[in-house]
Amino acid sequence: MEAKTETAAAAVAMEEREIINNVMCLLTDPDATPLGAPMYLPQNAGPQQLQQIVNKLLNNEERLPYSFYISDEELLVPLSTYLQKNKVSVEKALPIVYQPQAIFRIRPVSRCSATISGHGEAVLTVAFSPDGQQLASGSGDTTVRFWDIGTQTPLYTCTGHKNWVLCIAWSPDGKYLVSGSKSGELQCWDPQTGKSLSNPLTGHKKWITGISWEPAHLNTPCRRFVSASKDGDARIWDISLKRCVIVLSGHTLAVTCVKWGGDGVIYTGSQDCTIKVWETTQGKLIRELKGHGHWVNSLALSTEYVLRTGAFDHTGKQYSSPEEMKQVALERYNKMRGNAPERLVSGSDDFTMFLWEPFISKHPKTRMTGHQQLVNHVYFSPDGQWVASASFDKSVKLWNGTTGKFVAAFRGHVGPVYQISWSADSRLLLSGSKDSTLKVWDIRTRKLKQDLPGHADEVFSVDWSPDGEKVASGGKDKVLKLWMG
Amino acid sequence: MPQGDYIERHRRDYGYRLDHFERKRKKEARAVHKHSQIAQKAIGIKGKMIAKKNYAEKAQMKKTLAMHEESTSRRKTDDNVQDGAVPAYLLDRENTTRAKVLSNTIKQKRKEKAGKWDVPLPKVRPVAEDEMFKVVRTGKRKTKQWKRMVTKATFVGPGFTRKPPKYERFIRPSGLRFTKAHVTHPELKCTFNLEIIGVKKNPNGPMYTSLGVMTKGTIIEVNVSELGLVTPAGKVVWGKYAQVTNNPENDGCINAVLLV
Repeated sequence: MEAKTETAAAAVAMEEREIINNVMCLLTDPDATPLGAPMYLPQNAGPQQLQQIVNKLLNNEERLPYSFYISDEELLVPLSTYLQKNKVSVEKALPIVYQPQAIFRIRPVSRCSATISGHGEAVLTVAFSPDGQQLASGSGDTTVRFWDIGTQTPLYTCTGHKNWVLCIAWSPDGKYLVSGSKSGELQCWDPQTGKSLSNPLTGHKKWITGISWEPAHLNTPCRRFVSASKDGDARIWDISLKRCVIVLSGHTLAVTCVKWGGDGVIYTGSQDCTIKVWETTQGKLIRELKGHGHWVNSLALSTEYVLRTGAFDHTGKQYSSPEEMKQVALERYNKMRGNAPERLVSGSDDFTMFLWEPFISKHPKTRMTGHQQLVNHVYFSPDGQWVASASFDKSVKLWNGTTGKFVAAFRGHVGPVYQISWSADSRLLLSGSKDSTLKVWDIRTRKLKQDLPGHADEVFSVDWSPDGEKVASGGKDKVLKLWMG
Repeated sequence: MPQGDYIERHRRDYGYRLDHFERKRKKEARAVHKHSQIAQKAIGIKGKMIAKKNYAEKAQMKKTLAMHEESTSRRKTDDNVQDGAVPAYLLDRENTTRAKVLSNTIKQKRKEKAGKWDVPLPKVRPVAEDEMFKVVRTGKRKTKQWKRMVTKATFVGPGFTRKPPKYERFIRPSGLRFTKAHVTHPELKCTFNLEIIGVKKNPNGPMYTSLGVMTKGTIIEVNVSELGLVTPAGKVVWGKYAQVTNNPENDGCINAVLLV
């Protein structure tokens, strides 16, 4: 009896000694799938050591960068410091989530490289092509302009619209640009020649609010796109047939935003407070997402960035055949999406946002509250880990992309924030505001990285090129500005 | 009971005369002719008055007809391109009028340095000293004449206390002190009641500037933080200059126009 207690005491003492040095950790990926069994890690291990372990366990040929999160907080110090600071119990296995980081790094933009005038009215929308080599803008002077990024000069001026050009959208293969105007017609342009490919596509009775192309991994060469209008309809158009294929009608008020999802469905958000999900072969309504108390302003998909860029990535590789492009796009899409279903975030006039998983449930996963004014623009980071929201309460807020938890608020603008844009590596966020400035925010430190004054008036549209080299912005002062790092 | 409604009362009790409605119809039918007769014969001021009234009636009638026409005939929606383009996400929002971002600060500084102002009222009537000040006679025999009272509107800072009478050379009467001004924004064409921060320049002389005297043409600084103006660098502007456009001492208020 005596001897037994003694050995037990010795064992306890042993364990205590071990606990001082080691901590039981369980490494999991963002979907909470554990990577191997829980293991004892020395407490002096930091992010670098953890990175080595993960690379070893995943059998990566190259060392890939990872960041580590313990209960949604990034681990930047050795484990011992963290444990002491947060007084975490060491009796349970400590769950550490590893997040793969982009293997490339994008430099923050810091200066204005060119101010190009040309438009005769406010610049309403700017967009880089999916490969980041071309730039187009739409303006209130009823023209669409293509710009030469290399020489930073105007390339083509496309006239043909009857009223303000409100939206433009590049096809994911970069071969077409579609623009929609306030009088409701759409035009398709060839970026190589700057010529119109067809007569105006008419059908919408009121102005166009959004355009979205069919993703490249579903159909290459790109043919179909969907447009949303103030008249309450969304229409699917085919460029080779040059006509409207399907009319998606059902919303009782203006459709404000449209997105063509990666799984072949269309999401439309409307001023009648609902989000509708449509199937694309026959245009049937498959789901209606209710929850918002006021207009839905903006939708964002977790896979949006990869859908926008299609087959093009940071390496700048060009593809010769559509089949190859489709193959690469599909690979990129699958890698980005993983096993999780597509997530959707909607920002609304009722100052809240909802996180949905439309394939799983018609009820929202989370309600994201915190803004004090309407949410004008929401955007998923390219890796799907974060959601950023721009609001008229002068702040930009950052949310967790999978759980919808609030992470940080970026304050600094003195006017309503109109538009945001992510850098391709998800490490930086750009916002354009009514106060005539652009600001670059650092996601890791959650601080202002760069303030970019220069516009003489409101900034209506910002876009960070997918290759990360440049930022374009346009606003009420009629000039287009290019910014570089 | 008032006497005025005896006709109504009689009608209520006994009904209308049997030929009432016919007489009424005839009278109405003849009224036009009668009116025309008078209108043709009337001369002088009476004729003018009738002609004016007839003209007004006719114009009103034409307008009403045109309005009814409009509602029946189909019109094309206004297709012409308007100024002030806004993106799709702002189209449905109430477009609040708003100041254009003010010409940049460098320009303003340069102006300040030169001391020249491109102002709405470039020339002002010079105000002589005896108009500006009233002599206050002091002393037991009222023989001393070194004290002056300002007869124009003034601005004194919020922390101002008067000096003892022996040292107070200029009296600024509290009845003529102002803290707020009605400032018109020339581009927005709207007026705001803004707080005065200070008197920048009185064209009649530096002494009046330092005394805070506000006459017509004086440049004052006003607090525009409520207007939400921003500089090109994205900072909120809170002080802007404005020029006084009325004679405050006569009107009892200060009207000014913002210098943009």
